[in-house]
Amino acid sequence: MSKPIIATTSLAGCFGCHMSVLDIDDRILELFELVEFNKSPINDIKKFTKKCDIGLIEGGCCNSENVHVLKDFREHCKILVSVGECAIMGGLPAMRNGIPIRECLEEAYLNGLTVVGNEERIIPNDPELPMLLDRVFPCHEVVKIDYFLPGCPPRADLIWDALVALISGDEMKLPYEVVKFD
Amino acid sequence: MSQFVRFTIDGTECMASKGQFIVEAAKENGIYIPTLCNYPGIKPKGGCRICTVRVNGKLMTACTTPVAEGMNIENDVKDIRELRKSIVELLLVEGNHFCPACEKSGNCELQALAYRFQIMVPRFPFQFPIRKVDASNPKIIKDQNRCIQCKRCIRAIKDEKGRSIFAYRKRSSSVEVVVDKKLGKQLTDELAQKAMDVCPVGSILVKEKGFIIPIGERKYDKKPIGSDIENMSVSKI
Repeated sequence: MSKPIIATTSLAGCFGCHMSVLDIDDRILELFELVEFNKSPINDIKKFTKKCDIGLIEGGCCNSENVHVLKDFREHCKILVSVGECAIMGGLPAMRNGIPIRECLEEAYLNGLTVVGNEERIIPNDPELPMLLDRVFPCHEVVKIDYFLPGCPPRADLIWDALVALISGDEMKLPYEVVKFD
Repeated sequence: MSQFVRFTIDGTECMASKGQFIVEAAKENGIYIPTLCNYPGIKPKGGCRICTVRVNGKLMTACTTPVAEGMNIENDVKDIRELRKSIVELLLVEGNHFCPACEKSGNCELQALAYRFQIMVPRFPFQFPIRKVDASNPKIIKDQNRCIQCKRCIRAIKDEKGRSIFAYRKRSSSVEVVVDKKLGKQLTDELAQKAMDVCPVGSILVKEKGFIIPIGERKYDKKPIGSDIENMSVSKI
């Protein structure tokens, strides 16, 4: 039997969840024995080269590129997992959801206390840049998500147990200490 | 002399003083009934419905219903667990509960209930309502994003004349719990701390006291809410 294939991505996240994957420590060697990685920042493969079994999504959708990548993942992965609070409920980026988008951009590029330079008072609008969405969306409000791993970041043990359960088909253990929202 | 009554919870024979509310009576018998708007020592409200139990076939709130002789109470059964879970999920999507950024995380009862019910993601769409944070009081912050309108602060925090420091404002879905501008100025440090402790979520925060307990040592980091009641040796009356 060929190894299960995993893909991962970070959308509107901080890469903390990916760091938490690395927190499984020496089990990472075991993981590389068990699975093959495709598109992922871990191995720097930029494009899907084949169909994957498991897709791990970090971060919610805050711009058009996030939506595009997420839909690409849904197309290429049999199972999608929302990893972390941002993927599950928007997380910290979603704290802008109550603020009009113009106000956000003006604060970031024109009026904010830390804005330096920008004498021409430009809000970046190059067509190459992804468009910001009016608000940040949890991943499962954009595509179907199969499983959710809460935490900020999810504990390494939770990610490990989830991967083992998905690969082996066994039921997942959920000790009280590992399922946390922070 | 107080009278005793006998009743059953999920088939377990229990005994308590007559007139005690079901939540308290269950607690004395080592049985945990989840609560949220209820707080020991203040008049029960029966608002959040998390403590819903089935008494002789009818759904009732355990915090406001006194025990009576021969009551047959269903507590930890599938449909009631499901109902309680959905209330927690509704509360989580109704407000802006960003746990990673909340000072009360780890000590929050709403979060602890979500842990207990193993909620990975609420089944309902997040509302992201637009709410305000009132930091005008010198001692406390009142964050409306996290308020669940349980009224615990209104009922428990009074000045020396018995007047509530907190109050309801507006009506229906726009109702909010606010700090009384005048009475709020007299808040003592002790009362401010009490208000923060009474608040089940992170809606009332004492200024300059955030994140004082390290992660791993907070109230619900290691033990689920209610486990202290369940592990209590059953009092024999």
